[in-house]
Amino acid sequence: MTLRPFLQQGRPDLPATVFAPWADPNQKPLIRFQNVTKRFGDFTAIDDLSLDIYEREFFALLGPSGCGKTTMMRMLAGFENPTSGRIELAGQDIVPVPPNKRAVNMMFQSYALFPHLTVWDNIAFGLRRDSMPKIDLQRRVEEMLKLTRLEKFARRKPHQISGGQRQRVALARSLAKAPKLLLLDEPLGALDKKLRQDTQFELMDIQEKTGTTFVIVTHDQEEAMTVASRVAVMDEGRLIQVATPADIYEAPNSVYVADFIGDVNILEGTVRATGPNRYHFTWADTGESVTAASERPFSDGQTAHLAIRPEKVQISAERPEGAENAIKGKVHDIAYLGNISTFHVRVAGERIIKAQSANTRRITNRAFTWEDDVWLSWTPTAGVVLSD
Amino acid sequence: MRMSWFNATSLTLGFAFLYLPMVILIIYSFNESRLVTVWAGFSTKWYGELLQNQSFLDAAWVTLKVAVFSSTLATILGTMAAYVLVRGGRFMGRTLFSGMIYAPLVMPEVITGLSLLLLFIGIGLDRGVLTIVLAHTTFSMAFVSVVVSSRLVTFDRSLEEAALDLGASPWDAFRLVTLPIIAPAVISGWLLAFTLSLDDLVIASFTAGPASTTLPIRIFSAVRLGVSPEINALSTIMIAIVTVGVITASLVSKRSMVRQKRDEQAAARAT
Ligand SMILES: Nc1ncnc2c1ncn2[C@@H]1O[C@H](COP(=O)(O)OP(=O)(O)OP(=O)(O)O)[C@@H](O)[C@H]1O
Ligand SMILES: [Mg+2]
Repeated sequence: MTLRPFLQQGRPDLPATVFAPWADPNQKPLIRFQNVTKRFGDFTAIDDLSLDIYEREFFALLGPSGCGKTTMMRMLAGFENPTSGRIELAGQDIVPVPPNKRAVNMMFQSYALFPHLTVWDNIAFGLRRDSMPKIDLQRRVEEMLKLTRLEKFARRKPHQISGGQRQRVALARSLAKAPKLLLLDEPLGALDKKLRQDTQFELMDIQEKTGTTFVIVTHDQEEAMTVASRVAVMDEGRLIQVATPADIYEAPNSVYVADFIGDVNILEGTVRATGPNRYHFTWADTGESVTAASERPFSDGQTAHLAIRPEKVQISAERPEGAENAIKGKVHDIAYLGNISTFHVRVAGERIIKAQSANTRRITNRAFTWEDDVWLSWTPTAGVVLSD
Repeated sequence: MRMSWFNATSLTLGFAFLYLPMVILIIYSFNESRLVTVWAGFSTKWYGELLQNQSFLDAAWVTLKVAVFSSTLATILGTMAAYVLVRGGRFMGRTLFSGMIYAPLVMPEVITGLSLLLLFIGIGLDRGVLTIVLAHTTFSMAFVSVVVSSRLVTFDRSLEEAALDLGASPWDAFRLVTLPIIAPAVISGWLLAFTLSLDDLVIASFTAGPASTTLPIRIFSAVRLGVSPEINALSTIMIAIVTVGVITASLVSKRSMVRQKRDEQAAARAT
């Protein structure tokens, strides 16, 4: 998984600074949800949600189907009004503002290109509504065509171009008015994996070039991790965690988030403090115990979960010397993924623990095979201790 | 595949039943003889005579005016009604309104005609071209709204939202996005209203005044004095106009359906 370097690019005159406006208390958010609730009949789609999004952010909304991602976007665009609460854009309450008067543009999941207009006219549609002078309008459309590499298709109708090109038209059209905020609702859902990855980088590039704030909805956690400056993990209309992709991955705040993002081993047990920020973690099913570090305090005997990513578990034939946490097991299954292999190791109590290792050698030289006795080991800081 | 003996017979019988009277009428309109039932050779002279007959020409002119105005009015009102019913969301009395808009489709024409007549007398409106136009608008607008709303229910709502999102007012979104896309349905609605108006006899006879006889009324009264070859010629012309109208309407909607399908296939292929 590629993680994005959080550096502001494109200003070679300035030293690269960490982009983290959310950590700066003096920054004013571009978007502010304040205790927003949205009900459809007696169904609560968004439940008392508060969230700040800052200028130039690439903010990803991630969560299972039906958790309210599209509803959030539609409230920002003005197609739905919150049942209660306040939504601010640049300090101004936008709830009473109709969609055509908001400095917000949306790229629709279905693209919603106007089938009777050419690519050129689709892109010009929004500019014409502002009665932009003709010269400026032409320049702006050409600029957008160039940005999205669509110059050759300007005179075609939407049904005469490919899916990937259509998606770029939708992007160009929503960017043309230089909105303060661009909403992307599963923009890449319809594309195949290769095209999707290319487009993700293209989107990041465009976001950096234009300085627009992007809010993107996606089902695909890898996509969120790739493009976003911050990720919000949602469930049933609530935010579970809002953090940088690295924090979401390395320091999830709950079992839900740890499980939702990436592959993870989750062990159940109880904790007992052994020192400052150090705990003994005793497995519920076998009584074996391991050492784990945690910044978060736990009381003795509290039940907890230990979440460890498979790539942080080492696999070896002998017990590694000096390892604080090591347990014995048998290789149950091997998933070969090209660059890495995932070993499913059966340890005491019929539990399976996954360990990943990079395939630095060819497959014929692989060290372990089915039913081999192996040792799994990890450092005390490799896992995260989570309360329920 | 060859048709079975049974299918072929039923098809022939069905079509004969539908079209034999009209075919006979068309054939006799080219009859040389004044006697309708005696064939005396091919001739187009009755079409020529028709052009000399001022009262027929006047009636034709009235009919044309009425058809153009009433179908245009019906198309505007019917499209607006369809738009509100499909798009307007839930509002007070929506169900009642949508039921009522379709009532003229099933209402006996005699009742529609009679009630309109009473209304016009009640408000003191002199019967003439205007009253026929109003009457025809009333009943054909229901047909237009059926045609247009069946197109609107399959119309992708997000296109309108996209237009609003890009800064179009609701009226601009309708005018620049919705209307061009549903245009084929609106056109076939207009053609339908036009042909309905063209061949309406019952409602027109209730609402027409002495100086505003429409062609169907004129034909009907002429026929009571005996069928003349001139009437046959006139009816043939009307059949031709209606046929052209109906075929155009179905071609327009078929073409747009084919195009829609092609777009969908292109979209499916590309993604
Ligand atoms: N207009 C509506 N009327 C009633 N319920 C609605 C409406 N719109 C959304 N909902 C409900 O609100 C919930 C959230 O919907 P939303 O479209 O925001 O989900 P989502 O997170 O975008 O899901 P997906 O990933 O499948 O697109 C769903 O349970 C949905 O059924
Ligand atoms: Mg959605």
